[in-house]
Order: sequence, then structure tokens, then C-alpha cells
Amino acid sequence: MNDGMDELYRDIILDHYRNPRNSGSIEGDSVIIIEEFNPLCGDKIIVYLHSLSGELIDDIKFIGEGCSISQSSASIMTDLVIGKKIEHAKQIVQQFHTFITGGNIDEDDNSLGDIDAFKGVRKFPARIKCAGLAWNSLDKAIDSMKKLT
Amino acid sequence: MSLESKKLLDRTTQIRSDFPILDRKINGKRLAYLDNAASSQKPMQVISKINDLYSNYYANVHRGVHSLSMESTEAYESVREKVAKFINAGNINEIIFTKGTTDSINLFAQSWAKNNLKKGDRIVLSEIEHHANLVPWFMLRDEIGIELAFIPVLDDYTLDIEAAKKIINSNTRLVSISHISNSLGTIVPIKDIIDLAHHNNAIVLIDGAQSIPHQNMNVIDLDIDVLVFSAHKMLGPTGVGILWAKMDILKQCEPVIGGGDMISKVTFDGALWNDIPFRFEAGTPNIAGVIGFGEAIDYLNEINYIDLCNQSHVISEYTRNLLEEMEFVEILGPKDKLLRTSLFSFDIKNIHPHDVAQILDSEGVAVRAGHHCAQPTLNKFGFSSTVRASFYFYNNFEDANQLIESLQIVKKRFLQ
Ligand SMILES: Cc1ncc(COP(=O)(O)O)c(C=O)c1O
Repeated sequence: MNDGMDELYRDIILDHYRNPRNSGSIEGDSVIIIEEFNPLCGDKIIVYLHSLSGELIDDIKFIGEGCSISQSSASIMTDLVIGKKIEHAKQIVQQFHTFITGGNIDEDDNSLGDIDAFKGVRKFPARIKCAGLAWNSLDKAIDSMKKLT
Repeated sequence: MSLESKKLLDRTTQIRSDFPILDRKINGKRLAYLDNAASSQKPMQVISKINDLYSNYYANVHRGVHSLSMESTEAYESVREKVAKFINAGNINEIIFTKGTTDSINLFAQSWAKNNLKKGDRIVLSEIEHHANLVPWFMLRDEIGIELAFIPVLDDYTLDIEAAKKIINSNTRLVSISHISNSLGTIVPIKDIIDLAHHNNAIVLIDGAQSIPHQNMNVIDLDIDVLVFSAHKMLGPTGVGILWAKMDILKQCEPVIGGGDMISKVTFDGALWNDIPFRFEAGTPNIAGVIGFGEAIDYLNEINYIDLCNQSHVISEYTRNLLEEMEFVEILGPKDKLLRTSLFSFDIKNIHPHDVAQILDSEGVAVRAGHHCAQPTLNKFGFSSTVRASFYFYNNFEDANQLIESLQIVKKRFLQ
């Protein structure tokens, strides 16, 4: 049966949904906190971004509430950018958006990790917003950090 | 099964053939359309009516003396009469065409409330309102300083009428509540609330968006002051709604939108308002929408929609009972059968409503997932979203069973 469900709900997505990585909050004055909603369904992601130097993502966590797509995406996102350079993370965000809206990315690029798990989402326009929620938060967090430094 | 209900079932089969969309395949499966509270599907009769208008007698209304304009004006205006009869309004000039329930409430807030209420006056709402009956009042509160108070919803999903007796006080000028909650399915005892309001010299606006498609509404018997509803939830086109109010109240309303059609005379110094209802309907209206809505009303009357809706309520209850037996499902809404309509919200533990609705869709079942434009209501019960199945008279037991079977597939994918 090919109704896209196996592709949408890949094992890796369900795994991140059930066992989210980097879930929780980070305390501290220098932590950037960005909250994103999907007004359509009330899904919510709060991203906590910590960078001492302003160059490296020292730590990133999230708290969220929502569907398997939005929550697994947050988990995969944090896993992917933790320890990376801010500029690199910004590029990954862009790559993610290119990918999710149907564009091509370099699938051999190891730093894009599990992004291709979201391939199945591309067929379901209503769910692209879910997948993008955490990435939008990260994008905004990076921008507001740049403003500070 | 009694002969009576057998007959009704046969009738449903016959009725379904009037709705072309019900033959559609969704992802290769038969369509079980259970999102009727969001919007109903349209019968051939309504679709053809609009086609007929544009093919044979379309022109702008209330304008020319030419034949087409007269014919379309007559068709358009005849709908006012049909709507008046449908809700048993005494005067057809009390029927105002709007864009929908949301538009009607906003219009009433800006045209009546803004001009007749003052700082400190109270408007009473409830905790089970659609955003359409919350946000316009928040905006007015911020504009003119009225006070808003809410009739609480109890743990059993019904309104706290005892509390309402205190909340509706002598400062209260308007009570604005929905007849049926679109998120919980609760039927509100509007007669009790109308009595309480009138006892305090307050008027009552009833949001009938969810009730009028299913039941007889008699504004005179119930002594309703203002009634609002949408055509698209009762077989009509989108972009058409009704604001009905007693003539005395309409006379206290100021127009909100100025322009053509709403004036009787314009000079470079100013304008005189046209008569009621036209002064509230500026600009070229939704001619095709209104005429299509007239056909929807004729259709509802012809098929005797109330009997059929009673039948679909039986199907809704049947489905609800089966869901109740599924240990992984939690259903929201009143326990008392008499207090709930043909819709229910539910939650599946550890599976988000979005995911439930997605997998149901892959099985051909259309349901709504989300907050149903009633965020504060769902939040009060600890949910940010739910799945909602809502029935209309063309739904049958096959639709019900398809939902139940598909929920097992949801469970398999996520819980095993
Ligand atoms: C109770 C209730 N009120 C108001 C509305 C808003 O209706 P519309 O979107 O047609 O303006 C709805 C529709 O969902 C509703 O269910």
C-alpha cells in the first residue's frame, strides 16, 4: 500500500518522537529563548540556545508540544547543530528549508544527518509547517543572538 | 431495526446521490466526510442553481431597470424571505446578509454594541465560545472599555447555569453565546440564559452556526434578540451569513461600512442612510452566494432535514459508543446524551491529533484536528488540540465504521 504513510512516518521520525534528544530547558542569562507556534493547530516549540563565544553552539535544548513531525524535527534539529559553528548552523537551516520545500541538497553531506527523514513530508503541504517549526525557532534564535553580539 | 429507521436509512442512500463529492475517492479509498462542523458539502441542486444564475439571468442587483438586473434582484431578495421563514422571523427586513457568522458578530459589535454601550457596561460570554464570539468583543473592550464576563464551563462540559445567575447582573447589556459548542458538542440551554438576560434587561445574541444546520429554530418562541449563522455549514456557498435582529434593535444600529447601496441620498456634504436592512449591506453583495443559499434552504425543507438530522445523530451516537469502548481513546463532551449534538472531540493517548487525522485521511476519512478555533476552551480541559468527528444527514453507518476501523490502523502505526 503506497499512501505515503510509510514514507511520512519513517522509523527514524517515530524514534525521535518517542525518544526526543536534547529535550528540556537551559537556564542562564545568556541563553536565547525563542518560542514558535503553529496557529493552525496550536503546536509549540521553545528553543533554548546557548553560546558563550557567540561562534559555537555550546548547547541547545527544546521544549515542545505537538505532532510527531514537529517534535521529531526539533529533536533532529538540535542533534544536528549542537557543537557546530553558528554560521554552519545557519547554513543547515537554509538547506533544511530548501529540502523541505522540494529543492535539492547534497545528500552526501554528512553534516545534514537525518534531514532526509523528512522527505516524505514534502508530499503533505499541511505538514511542512510542522516540520519547519523548530528550524524557524533556531533561525530566529541565531538572528537575535547576532543582534546581541 | 424498526421499519421507520430502515426507511430513513434508505432515504439517506437516496440523499447521498445528490452530493457529487461523496463519490470521490481519497487516496484510493471511499470518502467518509466527517468534518461537517467546519463546513458541509453541497448538493447538485445548489451547484446547479449558481450555474443557472450565471448562465441565464446574472446581473448586479438593486441597480438597473433592465431585465437581467430585475430577475437577479428578485432571486436575491426572495432569499431574505426564505431565511425569515426558516427561523420564523416576523419581518423580512430584519434579515441582513453578511459574509458569515464571524462577519455578523463583528458587524453587531461595531454597529450596535459600540454605539449603545459605554464604559463599565457588561457583556457576558461563555467559556465554550468560538474565537468568532470572543475576539470581536476583546477588540470592543479595548476600544470603549466595556467589561467582559464569562459563564464558566464545568468539568462535565456543560455551562454553569448557577454561576450564570450571578454573572448576568444588572450591568449586563448583552449576553452573546453559542447555541452549540463547535469544539465540545455541548448543547447550551439557551432558553434559561435568555430568561436570565431578559430578567436583567439585557439582550441576547445567539451564535447558531452549529445548531441551525441541524434543528428547527424559532426566534419568536425562544424570544431571541439577535441570531447569527453561516450558509456554508448548511449546504450553502461560502461567503454568506445572516445577521438577524429584532427591528427595534436594528434601529439602534449604525452602519459600519459606507458605500453604494447603503444610502438613500448622497451630496458632497454627506449621506442619508438607506432603509434597514440595506444600510448594513454596502457594495455589491455576494449575489450568487445568496441565491445559492436560497436553494440550500429549499432543499433542506424539501428533504425534511430535521428527521434526517435525527437519524445522523443516531449514527453519531453509535460511533461515539464504539469509540468509548476503545481504551486508548478519550472523548470530550457531556455524558448526558440529551446535552450533546452530532459531533464529538476526542484524544488518543500518546498520538497527536495531527498524526491521527493524517492517517485517517490516508484511509479516506476526513476529520478535523486542531483547536477548532476554541483555544481557551480546549486549554481549560488540558488539551491544546483534539480530533473532531462531526456528522451531517448524508453520513451513514459505513462512514462510522470506516472511522472506527481506521482508528485501529492509527493505533497499529503509533502504539505498537
Ligand atoms: C460556533 C461557531 N461560531 C462561529 C463560527 C464561525 O463561522 P464562520 O467561519 O462561517 O464565520 C463557527 C465556525 O466554525 C462556529 O462553529
